[in-house]
Amino acid sequence: MSQTNHIGKAPSRVDGPLKVAGAAHYSGEFNVPNLAYGYVVNSPITKGKILKVHADEVRALPGVLEVFSHENVPYLAWFDKSYKDQIAPGGSPFRPLHSPDITFNQQPVALVVADTFELARYAAALLRIDYEQQEHETNLEAKRTEGYAPGGGKIGFQPPPPPRGKPDQALKEATHSIEAEYAHGAQHHNPMELFTTTVEWRGDGKITAYDKTQGVYNVKNYLMGVFGLGKDDVRVVNQFMGGGFGAGLRPQYSVFMAVLATLELKRSVRVTLTRQQMFSIGHRPNTLQLVKLGTNPDGTLAALQHHALHETSQFEDYTENIVNWSGMLYQCENVKLGYELAKLDIYSPQDMRAPGAASGNVGLEVAMDEMAYAAGLDPLEFRMRNYADRDQNVDKPFSSKKLRECYKQAAAKFGWETRTQEPRSMRANGKLVGMGMGGGVWDATQQKSAAKALISADGKLTVRSATGENGTGTYTIMTQIAAETLGLPLEAVTFELGDTDQPEAPIQGGSWTAASVGTAVKNACDALGEKILKLAQKPADSPLKGATYDEVEFVNGQLRLRHDHAQAVVLRDVLQASGETQLEADSSAQPNMAKQNGYSLHSHNVAFAEVEVDEDLGTIKVTRVVSAVAAGRILNQKTARSQVLGSVVWGLGMALMEETIMDHKFGRYVNHNFAEYHIPVNADIPHIDVIFVHEDDDIVNPLGVKGIGEVGMLGVTAAIANAVFHATGKRVRDLPIMLDKLL
Amino acid sequence: MYPFTYSRATDVADAVRDKAGHDGSAYIGGGTNLIDLMKMNVEQPAHLVNVAKLALSKIEELPDGGLRLGATATNSDTAWNEQVKARYPLLNQAILAGASPQLRNVATNGGNLMQRTRCYYFYDLATPCNKREPGSGCSAIGGFNRVCGILGTSEACIATHPSDMCVALAALAPTVRVSGPKGERTIAFEDFHRLPGDQPEFDNTLAEGELITSLDLPEKGFAKHFAYLKLRDRHSYAFALVSVAVGLEMDGDTITDARLALGGVAHKPWRDLSAEQLLKGQPATAETFGRVAAHVVADAVGRGSNDFKIELARRAIVRALKQAAEGKQEAGDMYLGGQ
Amino acid sequence: MSQPLISAPASGGLPNPVPTGPVRLTINGETQTLQLAPWTSLLDALREYAHLTGTKKGCDHGQCGACTVLVNGRRINSCLTLAVMHEDDDITTIEGLGTPENLSPLQQAFVDHDAFQCGYCTPGQICSAQGLLNEGHAHSEAEIKELMSGNLCRCGAYVGILDAVKEVVDKQ
Repeated sequence: MSQTNHIGKAPSRVDGPLKVAGAAHYSGEFNVPNLAYGYVVNSPITKGKILKVHADEVRALPGVLEVFSHENVPYLAWFDKSYKDQIAPGGSPFRPLHSPDITFNQQPVALVVADTFELARYAAALLRIDYEQQEHETNLEAKRTEGYAPGGGKIGFQPPPPPRGKPDQALKEATHSIEAEYAHGAQHHNPMELFTTTVEWRGDGKITAYDKTQGVYNVKNYLMGVFGLGKDDVRVVNQFMGGGFGAGLRPQYSVFMAVLATLELKRSVRVTLTRQQMFSIGHRPNTLQLVKLGTNPDGTLAALQHHALHETSQFEDYTENIVNWSGMLYQCENVKLGYELAKLDIYSPQDMRAPGAASGNVGLEVAMDEMAYAAGLDPLEFRMRNYADRDQNVDKPFSSKKLRECYKQAAAKFGWETRTQEPRSMRANGKLVGMGMGGGVWDATQQKSAAKALISADGKLTVRSATGENGTGTYTIMTQIAAETLGLPLEAVTFELGDTDQPEAPIQGGSWTAASVGTAVKNACDALGEKILKLAQKPADSPLKGATYDEVEFVNGQLRLRHDHAQAVVLRDVLQASGETQLEADSSAQPNMAKQNGYSLHSHNVAFAEVEVDEDLGTIKVTRVVSAVAAGRILNQKTARSQVLGSVVWGLGMALMEETIMDHKFGRYVNHNFAEYHIPVNADIPHIDVIFVHEDDDIVNPLGVKGIGEVGMLGVTAAIANAVFHATGKRVRDLPIMLDKLL
Repeated sequence: MYPFTYSRATDVADAVRDKAGHDGSAYIGGGTNLIDLMKMNVEQPAHLVNVAKLALSKIEELPDGGLRLGATATNSDTAWNEQVKARYPLLNQAILAGASPQLRNVATNGGNLMQRTRCYYFYDLATPCNKREPGSGCSAIGGFNRVCGILGTSEACIATHPSDMCVALAALAPTVRVSGPKGERTIAFEDFHRLPGDQPEFDNTLAEGELITSLDLPEKGFAKHFAYLKLRDRHSYAFALVSVAVGLEMDGDTITDARLALGGVAHKPWRDLSAEQLLKGQPATAETFGRVAAHVVADAVGRGSNDFKIELARRAIVRALKQAAEGKQEAGDMYLGGQ
Repeated sequence: MSQPLISAPASGGLPNPVPTGPVRLTINGETQTLQLAPWTSLLDALREYAHLTGTKKGCDHGQCGACTVLVNGRRINSCLTLAVMHEDDDITTIEGLGTPENLSPLQQAFVDHDAFQCGYCTPGQICSAQGLLNEGHAHSEAEIKELMSGNLCRCGAYVGILDAVKEVVDKQ
């Protein structure tokens, strides 16, 4: 029995004790000496120009060190490309403090730096700025006819595939058809940790930025570009991130501000955004979707059309994949997908958990529910009849796809068979009861990553890669992978991350970290393993003489022949006998394109939800959810389950309460705080069952892992919306479904 | 936040004197609303007088059979007080429907009355607000006003009072005892908060320098037939869209006495005396409840995104009256929806 | 249409910030004197002056619960109170409940039930749960959920939080 097979088990988080004891240090928690504090001032207007910044009045306050604005920022990089980060969309990135022009409300316009946080905050309140105001437009409704197809987009963006079949004719000739518009407003990521950067001045133009980011290298490259810093001048660190959900994919203005002030003042500076300012750093865009579906007499889809329009800023073409998923989730020969943006006087949207898919999934999966009813079919049966065994968007088979098993297992666990199809036909506790479902699909991708592995003579393994930990369990799963690869107990392994002194890893997003960094970690450990094997084979009497690396395995602290376990050496003995104090190996990993080329790589899920609705008062209580996910191999049952549980909470929030309201008169969000931008609380959350349907997939990557950070959110929102329809007979097509929409 | 000086009062007289001696000063009890507003620069006191530790935290029986709630007793201590639970379960439930356990552990009874509105625009210095800056205009009228009022509003202000506790108090009708530079006086709860009219900057009728010292509940507690019903955008830790406090006395199926107050709908906790009269002597039937509910909202005015509150309030009143008549809600250690 | 937005200068010059003074705080059993102005919140005093960063700032307005600490055994939001108001109080932060090497029962239950992901709301959740235990009002799942609803968790670890708190409640 191996005690060092860790992958697929459910160990507790290795960083858990630090987190529960308050000993994990987030970016605002490095109390470097002689720290000054910066407080950002934001524009109260939406469009116009700054006429004058009355900075001198504030500079005169004792303890105020400086006021930075476009009036006094030093020469910074001139070309757009210097400001472009790894996932910048097309267009010109926003440059803080660059010009007097105001292009969105809450645009950061100044930074006040003072000896204390309280003084900086006060001085920021006193800072007078004169503006010239111009008329703005922030309402997507006003731009319905002004959408445009973006030329290109950021990394990962794919324009919708061209139409296939005869989507218009097929729709016209369909036995049953539906057409409906679906909408949701802006939503904000709102991780619990505020965006904070502590920049340590190390002297001689060198800095260390402890920054809240999902990509330390992305930030480092940005800072080098913008401030003209050499690669040895700036180190970026983030070992714990208090939630990201996409908000930290791009460098935020907090890091720009803190670095600017540090370099100018030659003193360490911390900048922390307020919760209100967290509503000025990107969001899931306000989106309008039009979906048209038609069925054949046998309940198969005759036609599928899905068009989406969403907002972007005046300066960037923010893109996400909203409609593409609709061309691959179900089998349909006649498909037309459309995608457009509209420019408004707002800040650029930013990827937010399952970007694009979370939006498009609601349109598609609520429409599928409407279509099922129109065709007289059970919603689950309807999906079964339209199951896609091939990705028709690219005309390739899936490397693996166990969505059908997800449907079956989740339906059984949920008790879908007890559901009666007729809306308003189920009641309990004096309330209307509804059951709904929805499923989804997400990319399984891998990005180039590097890692370094070091083992000391006492058998302690350290592995490093500059990836991130924002709650996904990176420390834990990488520790598991490394420990299993070299046959060690978890306690003998330390995984270190989040530092640009470490080998480069991609930004942490897209659910690709497990596949990308995990493979690099495995490769680095294997490279180290090969060195250990060579050492083990040095003694003339080595039992491993002549064995290749493929013929040995590391298990239980030993290195042994796979076919003859008796031929073994103790790892620590090998290391100690070698006389080396430490062995190390570097490696990197990237997708095996040759192997993957013929396949479509995706994870899938389905969610079933039950709601109780008080018919008189419109209140909705989600009473249970079952979520089944097919995402290849699950590395850690405990942390993976938590990711899916969290995704369900997100889906519930999107369905029932999350919306950032814009007052178009001011062009300003009005509910920019946690009191009025509601995210679910404990009392909102029902019992949730999570099912993982295992997929063997050696095509997707050597670990067989597809990632689960986003896929679990899909289906949930639609399942709840569909359950509300089933309960009440009211089809609410604009999210969130708040009680007034059911009165 | 603007700078301020700070002192801690030793007794009520000291507090009143200290406040009178400092221009632009304010009392601070729990501070859960005041500090929030100071951080937003909505409130800019030059001096704070800490009254949280004055000897005003007792909850004690009064000779007339009522119950005195000390002004600095916390919301938690009040809600979980055995007398309150036994005699005024409506108050217990309303308090526990509000805020969070952490906030209730600090927020005081006096401070609860002094809470300011949650209107989005009141909190945001980038937008006009007559309550914050008289004469600047009301952004909520014509703007987003989901949280705003439908009853007793004015063209100057449609803000609501955000408290849950005060809705129950409006139904229970305590006397508010205050001390000020001119001595002590009492204010009927009904008269404590005011409607906005053309002076929305004034939330209440306290005179300059007055400090709340206690809330004196009358004997009648409606402990058998009551309901607190709160409707909000999530299941806990959210302000009321509409809340209803009902207290009934019943003789068989006939209502012999009634109290009815609403939260989330007006600039003050909205007690409807005429509706109470309509209930008296009537049978506790759906027809009665419907008629009374329609009466309460007959003059309600929606302003767009809060239009739904009129119908929601009507339905909530019907539900709360029914629950109260059934007498099924009990005092508890928390509020679990009451629906 | 161009519309200027000109701010009026403050009259009478800008007020000078208030000087600091010694404030004695008893935190996790140790009394220390910090130099603070009245406008320093208890939360900022802990994080920026006492360098106890286990207590988190999530909203700074009493709307999230990340800053929850225990004052005389009761859970409160440290962001909405001034440090200067707590000179006679016994303040307990997450660092006072346990250490990574010696976790409290609640902390251990949070690890066991994976009752967090990013960990940022976690110290507040645990202090809040400790307050809940001290109060003694929560027994059923519905009661625990309601009385833990003053602590937001954006990772959505509520199921684990419920399980962890319930385990410790049940053992009491």
